[in-house]
Amino acid sequence: MEKYLNIDHVSIEFPTANGPFKALDNVSLKIDKGEFVSIIGHSGCGKSTVMNIVGGLYQATEGGVILEGREVNEPGPDRAIVFQNHSLFPWLTAYENVDLAVKSVFKGKKSTKEMKEWVDHNIALVHMSHAKNKLPAEISGGMKQRIGIARALAMEPKVLLMDEPFGALDALTRAHLQDSLMEIQTELNNTVIMITHDVDEAVLLSDKIVMMTNGPAASIGEVMHVDLERPRKRLYLSDDPKYNHFRSEVIHFLHERHAKKVA
Amino acid sequence: MIGFTWFVPLVKLVSGESPRVQLAEFGKMVGVPAVAFILFLGLWHIGAAKVVTSLGQVPGPVQVYEQAGGLIDEHYQEREKAQAFLERQEKRNAEKLAKNPDAKVKIRPYTGKETYFDQILTSLFTVFIGFLIASIIAIPAGIVSGLSDTLYSALNPLIQIFKPVSPLAWLPIVTMVVSATYVTADPMFSKSFITSAITVTLCSLWPTLINTAVGVSSIDRDLINVGRVLRLNYFTTVFKIVIPSSIPMIFTGLRISLGIGWMVLIAAEMLAQNPGLGKFVWDEFQNGSSSSLGRIMVAVLTIGILGFMLDRIMLVMQKAFSYDKNAVVR
Repeated sequence: MEKYLNIDHVSIEFPTANGPFKALDNVSLKIDKGEFVSIIGHSGCGKSTVMNIVGGLYQATEGGVILEGREVNEPGPDRAIVFQNHSLFPWLTAYENVDLAVKSVFKGKKSTKEMKEWVDHNIALVHMSHAKNKLPAEISGGMKQRIGIARALAMEPKVLLMDEPFGALDALTRAHLQDSLMEIQTELNNTVIMITHDVDEAVLLSDKIVMMTNGPAASIGEVMHVDLERPRKRLYLSDDPKYNHFRSEVIHFLHERHAKKVA
Repeated sequence: MIGFTWFVPLVKLVSGESPRVQLAEFGKMVGVPAVAFILFLGLWHIGAAKVVTSLGQVPGPVQVYEQAGGLIDEHYQEREKAQAFLERQEKRNAEKLAKNPDAKVKIRPYTGKETYFDQILTSLFTVFIGFLIASIIAIPAGIVSGLSDTLYSALNPLIQIFKPVSPLAWLPIVTMVVSATYVTADPMFSKSFITSAITVTLCSLWPTLINTAVGVSSIDRDLINVGRVLRLNYFTTVFKIVIPSSIPMIFTGLRISLGIGWMVLIAAEMLAQNPGLGKFVWDEFQNGSSSSLGRIMVAVLTIGILGFMLDRIMLVMQKAFSYDKNAVVR
């Protein structure tokens, strides 16, 4: 059966002063609908580049991305992106930020009332209803990222792309947001690709962890299926031998095998 | 609000909040500038008395104060004359109509000379029009060239060449062009007004243009990417993302532009004979009476104070329109 999202033999080269620089080499990945996939690797290994290609912000030099049987060649709301530094419009309130996205995506498809309800619904989903009329500068980093997630979810994406979404947050806030994200995921069962460099985060959240080799010409080193039962509870998992096995697998890859290539 | 910060410690003082700290704060905000100002007046007073020109002694603060009073008095006298003229005219016309209801009555405007306040208003109006035209051209041009590298590299040399040109160099050309093209039987504006306004435009275009372009080209890439993900079209992107995020830079440019426009205006009015403050200074200089230097000094101070007020108005607008209310703008 054709997979939901198919990243097919993708390579990308960037022109530089010293000739083309090959960032990704022959990256292939198949993702099922409703699957939560983390891409992990050292910084500079091209994790974000993979996501940007799926997002349509970059064009692959070779190969391509196929989503539900159609090729991806430009950005669009069906592949909503949660950026690392939230990227909310600082002159709009939390509500208006989500509203802008909803209005551009559902104009003509939903009535004004439906759109308003949809914005409120998504803000409630990330537990931000109490601060929806605040400007981004008036809320904390974690709250901003919640709104960023609400904005992406409000686009009803086929694939939700998250670029180190919790990377800029402190450990406690990060844990809270991971829990929220799992809760939302249970409810919506989205297809998610998350870029991360946090091993615990990857094991906790993912169905599948994609480990990337170091760049230049980075590619996929190993793919690991995390068949831990859901719902997953952070507290119980820390004592779970299976969880610790997955965790140590990833750590071993990152520290020993990251240069190895799997054909 | 701006300019009323000195009020804060005073209020706190009255409400009995740590009097010592508040007094010190008040002294810093009001006391220090006041002492500096008095010192300045003293130096001016002493220095001016030592210089004697062909028009007499350089006026000190006292003489300038007297001249300012004189200019205000002249204004009221002139207004009374105008009032009297209009009353006479009305009375005459009423009498005429009473004798013969079909008589044609003429209503003529009063054509006395402009007072100092009229000249101030003329200057403000001229600079406003010149600045408005400049902004209408510079903001869109800045946005478009900030968004396109090609256009920016095309415009950049032109901007750099025309930016440093003095208004005095533009003025003859502008005068000739206006005389040649603005030919109507019943002109709405005088040529001197148009020449001055256009000269202001030519000199105050550049800061707004450059600052807007820089502001637009330095927008956070991620914000633009959000727009791309939402598939916003060019105009929506410009109005929803580009303009709001570059508003602070646009206003920085506008403030510099207005400051330059105000300086340029005085020079332009002198040469174009637009009846504003520039012409006032020039006429007083040509007049060469014993009170001329004092009156020119009044104009100098007026120009300074008005320029300062224009800048404050722009600052208030910048704060009102900018999303970052906490940014320190001064």
